[in-house]
Amino acid sequence: MSRVSVPCHVKGTVALQVGDVRTSQGRPGVLVIDVTFPSVAPFEHTSTHTPAKWVTCLRDFCLMPDPHSEEGAQEYVSLFKHQMLCDMAQVLELRLILRQPSPLWLSFTVEELQIFQQGPKSPSMTFPKWLSHPVPCEQPTPLLEGLPDPSRVSSEVQQMWALTEMIRASHTSTRIGRFDVSDHFPLRGSLWPEWVRSDGLLCCRWMAVMT
Amino acid sequence: MLQEESDLSLIIAQIVQKLKGSNLYAQLERQAWASLQRPEIKLESLKEDIKEFFKISGWEKKLQNAVYSELSVFPLPSHPAAPPEHLKEPLVYMRKAQGSWEKRILKSLNSMCTELSIPLARKRPVGEQKELLNKWNEMGTDEPDLSLFRPVYAPKDFLEVLINLRNPNYENGDSLSFRTHLGLIQVPLKVKDIPELKEFFVELGLTTGQLGIDDSTQVPPELFENEHVRIGQKVLTEQDSAAAQQYIRQGSPTALRAELWALILNISSHPEDILYYEQLKTNVIQHDLLVDSLIYKDVKLTASNDDYYFVFEDYLYQVLLCFSRDTSVLSHFAYNSASPPKSYIRGKLGLEEYAVFYPPNGVIPFHGFSMYVAPLCFLYHEPSKLYQIFREMYVRFFFRLHSISSHPSGIVSLCLLFETLLQTYLPQLFYHLREIGAQPLRISFKWMVRAFSGYLATDQLLLLWDRILGYNSLEILAVLAAAVFAFRAVNLMEVTSLAAAEAVLADLSTLKVMPLLQIFLFATVT
Repeated sequence: MSRVSVPCHVKGTVALQVGDVRTSQGRPGVLVIDVTFPSVAPFEHTSTHTPAKWVTCLRDFCLMPDPHSEEGAQEYVSLFKHQMLCDMAQVLELRLILRQPSPLWLSFTVEELQIFQQGPKSPSMTFPKWLSHPVPCEQPTPLLEGLPDPSRVSSEVQQMWALTEMIRASHTSTRIGRFDVSDHFPLRGSLWPEWVRSDGLLCCRWMAVMT
Repeated sequence: MLQEESDLSLIIAQIVQKLKGSNLYAQLERQAWASLQRPEIKLESLKEDIKEFFKISGWEKKLQNAVYSELSVFPLPSHPAAPPEHLKEPLVYMRKAQGSWEKRILKSLNSMCTELSIPLARKRPVGEQKELLNKWNEMGTDEPDLSLFRPVYAPKDFLEVLINLRNPNYENGDSLSFRTHLGLIQVPLKVKDIPELKEFFVELGLTTGQLGIDDSTQVPPELFENEHVRIGQKVLTEQDSAAAQQYIRQGSPTALRAELWALILNISSHPEDILYYEQLKTNVIQHDLLVDSLIYKDVKLTASNDDYYFVFEDYLYQVLLCFSRDTSVLSHFAYNSASPPKSYIRGKLGLEEYAVFYPPNGVIPFHGFSMYVAPLCFLYHEPSKLYQIFREMYVRFFFRLHSISSHPSGIVSLCLLFETLLQTYLPQLFYHLREIGAQPLRISFKWMVRAFSGYLATDQLLLLWDRILGYNSLEILAVLAAAVFAFRAVNLMEVTSLAAAEAVLADLSTLKVMPLLQIFLFATVT
């Protein structure tokens, strides 16, 4: 199941505070982050539309087990569809409400916010493309230089096979001359030496490449 | 829950991938092939029959031990968006602090190098190689001139760095308020309090038998000791790592300790391991590193002067010199907040293709480093086994004692745990020591950094390290440090200076570790 990144625009954080932000000495303990989705088409008014409303999809999700200590302070967190309390189809806007009751921290927020949605299930993904869409006139890339064209070799092999079939069918007792193949067959496997730097020391590793 | 299932399959996939490259995998494959000859393996039920064969022959146990070892050592797979630095250390300011500390160490090493005009590494001439090979087993008799060398850093330098560690997002006001910590450590890491420690160390409770308490001469052995030894022998016959780790929480009988530790650390002596050690020995003979002189100096200053460990001087060289050249140690930097220092081949400064890690294992020894190895010499006499045990202990535990990290077993958490325990349960003592300018951490830091090696009597130290292995955590070091202060509280209340406090706590060699821990955790009235 693939996932597709949804482009989102994160608006600036808004601190919720009682009284004037400038004169008050305490720090705000609640932060609101709004996330809009520019790719979602603007809502059109029709005579039968249902008004858009805010629905709580996640409640009291704890990010830091102890608000006064560093545990979980800089962690990566994922939230999934199955954790949501409501259906997540047709989301127009997302609002994150963050609470940090401890006065020990100068600021708090979430960063690197990314939203994903489930990618479309496509049947062509289940087997390789070349099988479903064969390219007729594709020039195959040569595996190794200095080797004959594979189609020429296969046609020669076919000719040899046709000859043997003809001889078998004719049942003569005349002696068959030697068959000779002028070009070399490609190697079934080759060994490549490779100098690999691992752990800062130079070492040599032989790798077998199997066709 | 869907999320837990996918987490579990991720962990399984990670462990399978790690074990696939190991020796055990090749052996299991070979065993499976060989088992096809056996009459009980039928083609129709091939998979089940081979699994049954593994169970009976003990190979399944070996695999279980390997999986258990992976789970104990490597952290759980992290979030897919998390970069590798996050796995090393999640908090950015700690990563920065570790980075600048490493720069300082490297600068110190480089300046020593240029002062003495000694290269960081050089190839030994053939004559010198032969000489070293001949006296490999008695390197202690060598008396090179080490007067110009000095240790790169000592624990007290590291303590100063930890004292200055600050979270920039934390309220670090100058005036004393409820926000400032009264001890030296000023970062708000989560540490356990005594109720949580009681739960964590439940097997050390008053009603459970302990080696170190219930095997003393006054207690008849039929009450606990005999049965405990019998269970230990059974655990060894079963060769079960997890059972051994649970068993050793109550201490290990002296006769079984070497094998039990090897079982818990999942060390078995295969010919490949002995060969690997010999290869490291060859590296030592062929090349001379600057850190070798640092190791010599450290051993001469610390272990050679110790009454218990001076006899093992030669072993220490054999282990530590090989340790600096062991590149397999580099893999532990994936979960260590530290990073191995890089050096460039002469004339190619800054070019990544010519960068190598220096020393090859990425660990620069500090003053007292050899004390991590010394107690192990009592248990293992074969150099390659001793080496493997030390290496495994280092990449599981000891590296946390000298790198800056937020891990619960990291030295910063241990210091904070010690200070918090002392402040909460001995507030008068803490206040008094603070007033006379003798912050308790200044005295106990050196104990914890060395895991008490060289401060306790050897048998007591080994009982302590039994519990480190049993609980897979270093927190017991902080608890013991607090327990020592609690034990000597009466004397400490009467001192009036830091020097006098140090004198009261100078000699720990007569202390019995397990009673102290038990009393502090379970018998102190709070």
